[in-house]
Amino acid sequence: MVAELLRRTWAMTWKDVTVELRARERVTAMLFFAALVLFIFNFALGPDREKLREVAPGLLWLAFLFTGMLGLGRSFQAERENECFEALLLTPGDRESIYYGKLAGNVLFMVIAEALILPLFGILYNLDIWGLLPSLALVAFLGTLGFSAVGTLLAAMTAHIRAREVMLPLLLFPLTVPVILASVRATEAILLGEGLGEVSQWLKLLVGFDVIFLVVSPLVFEFVLEE
Amino acid sequence: MARLSFAARLHGGAAALLLAVGLYWGLLAVPADAFQGEVQRIMYLHVPSVSTAYLAILVTFCASILYLWKRDLRIDAVAHSSAEIGVVFLGITLATGAIWGKPTWGVWWTWDARLTVTAIVFTMYVGYLMVRAFAEEPQAGARYGAVLAVLGLPAIILNHFAVQWWRTLHQPSSLIRPGGPSVAPVILWPLVFNIVAMLVLYSYFLLERVRLERIRHRAAESRLKRGRRG
Repeated sequence: MVAELLRRTWAMTWKDVTVELRARERVTAMLFFAALVLFIFNFALGPDREKLREVAPGLLWLAFLFTGMLGLGRSFQAERENECFEALLLTPGDRESIYYGKLAGNVLFMVIAEALILPLFGILYNLDIWGLLPSLALVAFLGTLGFSAVGTLLAAMTAHIRAREVMLPLLLFPLTVPVILASVRATEAILLGEGLGEVSQWLKLLVGFDVIFLVVSPLVFEFVLEE
Repeated sequence: MARLSFAARLHGGAAALLLAVGLYWGLLAVPADAFQGEVQRIMYLHVPSVSTAYLAILVTFCASILYLWKRDLRIDAVAHSSAEIGVVFLGITLATGAIWGKPTWGVWWTWDARLTVTAIVFTMYVGYLMVRAFAEEPQAGARYGAVLAVLGLPAIILNHFAVQWWRTLHQPSSLIRPGGPSVAPVILWPLVFNIVAMLVLYSYFLLERVRLERIRHRAAESRLKRGRRG
């Protein structure tokens, strides 16, 4: 049962990764966009280094989330071409594996983008983040997981309605405020040199959000996909 | 068809009468608050609106779960209508809160925990209504709406905790807490009365809105039939 689900999920993820390896559309766009966002922030805030340092955690997460939003939107819109969506629905087995497969792909692409954003961020804004990387990576992963858990579901939904590019962020951001808040606060504390113990409350909130939406989202996913 | 039934007219009339009495009681008859003065009277509109709004959202949540289970479009009409009314009352809540906040706190808006959560819920349900408007067919809109409402409740609860921690970690309660320490009976009774009046108004809106949805549904069906014959 579980082995079957894992196998199907893996097939789904592998399909997305293969498409990405051949077309190199999504990750390329995400990486370039992320770099641009970091540049634009600099123009918006001016060269004052102290001020930049104060708002750094928020900037970092805005870069993560805007970039992630780009990738999420593509994940189901790409399936609209050549009736790929109908083919997806025809695949035998539970719809849950489609959700988990898409989710794994989305998390993977977002993590790749973050792996570029984080060092670039440290270099451009002259922050000493190198020793803090493990704890930052943990927070980034938990935040990304929660954001994508809701985002994958909503991306599937908004792929089928009018004004879809606008509707995904409109629906996703209010629902994921807890993730954004917890991730930014935890990142702030880590950048200030506090240990993971200091931010345990926010980490618990992140884990709680991830668990709840990793359970609820696949349950309602089949209602989104119905034709 | 277009005219309201006797019961519906009675229902609407009762809501209007109750609200008129309640607002007269709260806005004119009751003495003004000793500390806040006349501006405190806005509470008689603000608190009933917010309790009605959250009830409406709860109704939407329950009806959405029921819809996903039973697949009856009539149940979905209840969810949709209730969400619409909820958004209106959340809007009234935010507006009256801001009007009260300006003379009391000195600002229209502050990132207080309750304000922030209410604003987040408002944006969530505006999104809900937009999805329903943008869906390509009513059945799909009903499913998407129900899914959003199901996601909404855990999200609201988590938002509540997140925002509460965020504010309490950074800003110990320096603001006047809405509602005050304890409420005197002279204030409590008109408040309770207004809440009841608002709930009657809500039930009236809900019934009429559901009826409207049914008429619209029937009109679409008969158009479809005529189209087939012609």
